[in-house]
Amino acid sequence: MTDITNILIVGVGGQGTILASRVLAGAVQMTGQDVKVSEIHGMAQRGGSVVTQVRYGKEVASPIIPEGEADIILAFEKLEALRWLPYLKKDGSILINDQRIDPMPVVVGTAQYPSDILDIIKKERKEVFIINGLGKAIEAGNAKTVNVALLGLLARCLKIDKKTWLDVIRETVPFKLLEVNLKAFEEGWNSFDR
Amino acid sequence: MKKLLTGNEAIARGAWEAGVVVCTAYPGTPSTEITENAAKYDEMYAEWSPNEKVALEVGLGAAIAGGRALVSMKHVGVNVAADPLFTLSYTGVNGGLVLVSADDPGMHSSQNEQDNRHFGRAAKIPVLEPANSQESKDFTKLAFDISEMFDTPVMLRTTTRVAHSQSLVELTDREEKGIKEYQKNPSKYVMIPANARHRHVVVEDRLIKLKDYAESTDLNRVEWNDTKIGVITSGVTYQYVKEVLPEVSILKLGMTFPLPQKMIMDFADKVDQLYIVEELEPFIEEYVRSWGLDVHGKDTFPLIGELLPETIAAKMVQTLGDCSPRETAEPDQLQYEVPPRPPVLCPGCPHRGLFYVLNKLKVTVAGDIGCYTLGCLAPLKAIDTTICMGASIGTAIGMEKARGKDFARSLVAVIGDSTFIHSGITALVDVVYNKATTTTIILDNRITAMTGHQHNPTTGFTVKGEPTKEIDLVLLAKAVGVERVRVVDPFELEGLEKIVGEELAAEEPSVIITQRNCALIDKSRNNPYSVFPGACTGCLRCLKLGCPCIAKEGKKVRINLAQCVGCGLCATVCPSEAIRKEGSAND
Ligand code: SF4
Ligand code: SF4
Repeated sequence: MTDITNILIVGVGGQGTILASRVLAGAVQMTGQDVKVSEIHGMAQRGGSVVTQVRYGKEVASPIIPEGEADIILAFEKLEALRWLPYLKKDGSILINDQRIDPMPVVVGTAQYPSDILDIIKKERKEVFIINGLGKAIEAGNAKTVNVALLGLLARCLKIDKKTWLDVIRETVPFKLLEVNLKAFEEGWNSFDR
Repeated sequence: MKKLLTGNEAIARGAWEAGVVVCTAYPGTPSTEITENAAKYDEMYAEWSPNEKVALEVGLGAAIAGGRALVSMKHVGVNVAADPLFTLSYTGVNGGLVLVSADDPGMHSSQNEQDNRHFGRAAKIPVLEPANSQESKDFTKLAFDISEMFDTPVMLRTTTRVAHSQSLVELTDREEKGIKEYQKNPSKYVMIPANARHRHVVVEDRLIKLKDYAESTDLNRVEWNDTKIGVITSGVTYQYVKEVLPEVSILKLGMTFPLPQKMIMDFADKVDQLYIVEELEPFIEEYVRSWGLDVHGKDTFPLIGELLPETIAAKMVQTLGDCSPRETAEPDQLQYEVPPRPPVLCPGCPHRGLFYVLNKLKVTVAGDIGCYTLGCLAPLKAIDTTICMGASIGTAIGMEKARGKDFARSLVAVIGDSTFIHSGITALVDVVYNKATTTTIILDNRITAMTGHQHNPTTGFTVKGEPTKEIDLVLLAKAVGVERVRVVDPFELEGLEKIVGEELAAEEPSVIITQRNCALIDKSRNNPYSVFPGACTGCLRCLKLGCPCIAKEGKKVRINLAQCVGCGLCATVCPSEAIRKEGSAND
């Protein structure tokens, strides 16, 4: 079972990580591969730390990714990127939305928000991509499409053709918001330069 | 056609395919989405019941009358439903009845970590455990067949990872089962002692037949591989074992009560070393040990929390070097502190003002289960106890009875609208009846918010979205005998503080209903507020509200405009009028 791709999508409750993982899983399903998604919700809707795990390949048994085995982490927030970093393979890639959301212990002053998160992560892993997701979303015309912009960036790293992604977005996103979401996806897709 | 479904969606689909006519539940993570999805099918009646006991009673009524019924709840919900459950085991059913117990190992969203296979054993009913979404659907259908075949309720036990994971499921059509004939049969359905004594014999006899069934059903199967190590496992743990121990032989139990003793003994015989890998309690292990077999179970694997693939691999390597688990990565030891990110009350949450006031008044608060439980966290820190659904009012009565009326002058019970209907109402009756002076605050946000905004008897809508009569909490409290009932907007802090003060002082039962829509269903989003830096003195009073939009910046504060819903609470508490509606600041 070494042909499995493991992707972790992490962020803060309310940021739209679940929609992103649904589109990702839908795209994988269209390629005819086996896919499993694990998301824990409940308390997490109230601004807590959220994580969705997507695994795909020829045959997937466990729905969850063991620590240190994620190929890619897509982080919607910097602190969450750091929190989940141990899940990333030594040679894995991490895509980070350059956004800071203070958790309550930081707000009330019982904890510190590390100031050098991106430096720490860059020291630990080689493949680090940073994107101003909010900026991309605003360029697309709606600040709330950050999740789809980030998905565009992720899509660029996977071996699934662009048409498949666009098809799944068309199926998933409400018609009213389709145009701006397709634009946001495009922004994310084009922000990848290696 | 294959579709990506969560375990919960698959159970709803399975019920539909199995020809179920009635689905009942009280919402609770991780079970909630079963009923939400069941409600989408026109062929099935669905309801949010006021609590799990009622849900099961409605389900058993439907089943005895001849229709198939699905009843779902989270693990702690079965505690509430246990009373009818144990007797339903005696009466049996007519149309099939399946009780879904969604357990929560790891307590992602629960107050305890109980293993409800124990309930199945105690009630003497079969327990099935699916391992993924496809099995969730298939086992649901099979559970209805077993229920009718053996005239028994069946427990389908899932866990959070099964309930909330998505995997591919092959869909088929609905098979209409119709309604079985109903025949009056008091000796079977009227459990007076004389009848119940006979029925207990039937139950024990049924158990023997179920044991035979367990030996032959393909719910239980062996996957032979290297016989040096044999692993017995069930539920999602089976998937973990398959992933990290590809070379061992596995006995996968889809039915964990009653257990197939012969099958297990036979499996044990053919392997050199026997391991039982199960999440939470040593349920299978204790049986197997009682049969005199030598096994490794909880001596190797943890009893507490979710069992993870990497833990299984690591523990096997420690005890036995040669079982060649698939290589897992070296854990990465991070050298820096990552602050925790606990959930918080949403921006604009109607509960925030109340907890701010309760914190300010320094009263003792008996709490309950719902979004408002988050009022226990810093900076609000306004809750003293949280036990289970509906416990707050009774707890407050007990505190008063133990410590006296003076103590009650600084003591309140807080409870949500849905929770009050679930099981708070009976304790309010007790307040009046047994002459307590408890002040009860019903936090009426017009919805069951914690579990994802389900309707309840106070909202005026059913699970299918049909309008229905809405319960008037004021009249209800009065009908119970509370004479002091007051309604207040929790955003009017001054008025709220005054009313709480007055009702605390009153030496008689009182109910305060704080009424305002949950911020997530409130459509009237206002302009955000912002901080006028010139006027802000850095007193940080507003930070005491615990609104996630307000953060410290240098010596002053800043409001996140993208998140703020403009509830205005922060402006109310700011003594320097430094917080103003966006547009009015900086000019
Ligand atoms: S969901 Fe509603 S009730 Fe719950 S914390 Fe958010 S605003 Fe408050
Ligand atoms: S108005 Fe103030 S308290 Fe209300 S959401 Fe905005 S920042 Fe939070």
